[in-house]
Amino acid sequence: MNETDIKFLESAFKKYYFEQFGLIRVPERTSEREFGYQKFNSGMTRHISVKDDKELHLLLMQNVPSDVYCSNAYYTFPNLPMNEKDWKEADLIFDIDAKDLNLSCRTNHTLSICNDCNDISNNSEKCIKCNSTKLEKKSLPCKNCIDSSKIEVLKLSEILTNDFSINKDDIHVYFSGNEGFHIYVYNTQFQQIGSRERSELVDYIMFNGAIPEKFGMKKFKPNRNSFPDFDESGWRGRFSKYVYGSKSKRSKIISELLSNGYSSFQKTLDAVSENIGTKIDPNVTMDIHRIFRLPGSINSKSGLTKIHCQDLKKFDAYVDSSFLSDDTVEILANCPIEFKLKNKKFGPYQNEKVSVPTFVAVYMICKKLATIA
Amino acid sequence: MLSLGQDEIAKYPFLADAGQYLKDKGFTLEQFGTDPDLKELITKAYERIQVAADGKIYKSDLVGDQVSREAALPREVFSFLLAIVLLKLSGMHTLIKRFALAEARRAEKYLEKDLANISDESKKQLAIRIIDDLFSVQIEKLDDYFVIPVSDYLKHSINFHEREWKLINRHVEKGQVFLTPHETVRLIRKELGTYINSKIVNAKTPTMIPGFEDSVNKLVMLSKKFSTFTMTTGEYPPCIKHAIDVLEKGENLPHSGRFMLATFLLSKGQSVQQIAPLFKNAPDYNERVTLYQLNHLAGTSGSGTQYSCPSCEKLKTQSLCFATSECEGIITPLQFGKKRK
Repeated sequence: MNETDIKFLESAFKKYYFEQFGLIRVPERTSEREFGYQKFNSGMTRHISVKDDKELHLLLMQNVPSDVYCSNAYYTFPNLPMNEKDWKEADLIFDIDAKDLNLSCRTNHTLSICNDCNDISNNSEKCIKCNSTKLEKKSLPCKNCIDSSKIEVLKLSEILTNDFSINKDDIHVYFSGNEGFHIYVYNTQFQQIGSRERSELVDYIMFNGAIPEKFGMKKFKPNRNSFPDFDESGWRGRFSKYVYGSKSKRSKIISELLSNGYSSFQKTLDAVSENIGTKIDPNVTMDIHRIFRLPGSINSKSGLTKIHCQDLKKFDAYVDSSFLSDDTVEILANCPIEFKLKNKKFGPYQNEKVSVPTFVAVYMICKKLATIA
Repeated sequence: MLSLGQDEIAKYPFLADAGQYLKDKGFTLEQFGTDPDLKELITKAYERIQVAADGKIYKSDLVGDQVSREAALPREVFSFLLAIVLLKLSGMHTLIKRFALAEARRAEKYLEKDLANISDESKKQLAIRIIDDLFSVQIEKLDDYFVIPVSDYLKHSINFHEREWKLINRHVEKGQVFLTPHETVRLIRKELGTYINSKIVNAKTPTMIPGFEDSVNKLVMLSKKFSTFTMTTGEYPPCIKHAIDVLEKGENLPHSGRFMLATFLLSKGQSVQQIAPLFKNAPDYNERVTLYQLNHLAGTSGSGTQYSCPSCEKLKTQSLCFATSECEGIITPLQFGKKRK
């Protein structure tokens, strides 16, 4: 990214952190957390401890980071190197990202930026201009991406509340600022479990590794009475609702499953996992030392804010997370597809000079689809 | 410490304070080496170890839950305590491990019976208390099942590699896992083994006691049976091949895949300089960053921690596993192609 663009982004971000500091959610037990940040065109600075919100505000104003992170873990010495921090516990966190949902809309709004010749084209495997395979993908997510991600959030919270007895008030949902949601879960029995245990939780939530026996299908002499009932709780219930479809079809479907045999049942399980499992990013939940984007901070992939979703249903990601100014700026835009921000349509732009509001300019520059003219 | 009755000590002899027990019964170790009547207990102790070494469970003189004869009780406990003395004198760690595991499985049987005992509430309570005291696992009875918090379940179940122990294959409700008495006890097998093992390891090694020499020598011979040799084919496992393939094609390998590949090759003895060129085709290749990260993983920079290759289980979760039939029985990619001879 060139100097002028960086200066422009930094001044927009600084203004945000000055005026909208109230949107930042300083996590509880601030002094036990590790903070980290990145500046534009530079690496990560981490292992920082922050006493309180005032100190955090100062850090943001002094450094004007492109991205700010805070640990889900609590440490005795958050500023020391990793193995001296003295890990105490970590909040349970989840990342749901539209790019992991295999959505058909993705190809329509994913662009390829060639690392060799900087050409921008619609989603492709090779650069049309120079044939290079070193392509960076940029997605301008659409409403379908967000709606589908919301469905995954709801699936996740259903499992958390029903199977794990987690209080709804302890589940906090944030829009990630780009194309997904971050979910924090507090005050659970899982605060102190390690990475391997969390990976088992991940498999549970994603419906990975299920075996036929769990659903009543045995290798030898399977018995139809051990198949799940329609109204059962947990995965047996979710499985039967999906596979039987309705109570009345239970008997017929069980007969089919039985006649198809054990290995076919295993295949059914693997196939339904795609539909009934919740698509979370396993690496995030497994990581007990992660520094995760700070709630209320700006995501430099888009210039949008990682914002708390009070009412997920009504939440409109590309309206409710945009807090940068409307002042117009002139940019050189190269964006072959249309996108929507704050209920207004922008683009497509074919290498042209245009005047757009700051929040749009920031969005496009962050996506590497424009530069300051 | 739990207060135990006679038959309970016979079932769970590792709960007894060995020195105190001998004292209470009015014996010294030396007597077992010299007194002809007591000496047969050393043979019994040796047999107890031999059975364990063969991977079997020692059949005690306890009949069912009851003791066959009143006199059998102390003999049960003595043979256990003497076995420990023999093991300590022989210093053979492979035998200690095998013995601890076999004794754990023996105790498991009794714990299971005690848990399932509907008629005797006190026995059930004792089993629940042993599990709580020793392993801090709080179990509760709920209808025909025992329930334990999911988080406690996970701490133990992650040591198992069989798929039926995965949380997804368990009955989970309201934050708790439902287990049969058998599963409850099976869950703590490793910890029970570790507990018994640590009791033996931490016991003081006595100086050689006259009359114990023969059995100790026999144990040293016995342990020789268990040294193994391994052969490696040198071929890379499918997950590693796949990762290399992806990179060669210039496609994007996720961070977790790069982590796996690098830690695998580092463990196989390759140097950072040898590994770095593999990443050249990555869409976001940056030589400086690659070297920094590889050095970090190798422990030559940063905190000095050497990162190890993830387990197969973890790779499955990360969708990086492409197992073939040749992967059967391994739990980390590093074991691929190793054959015991």
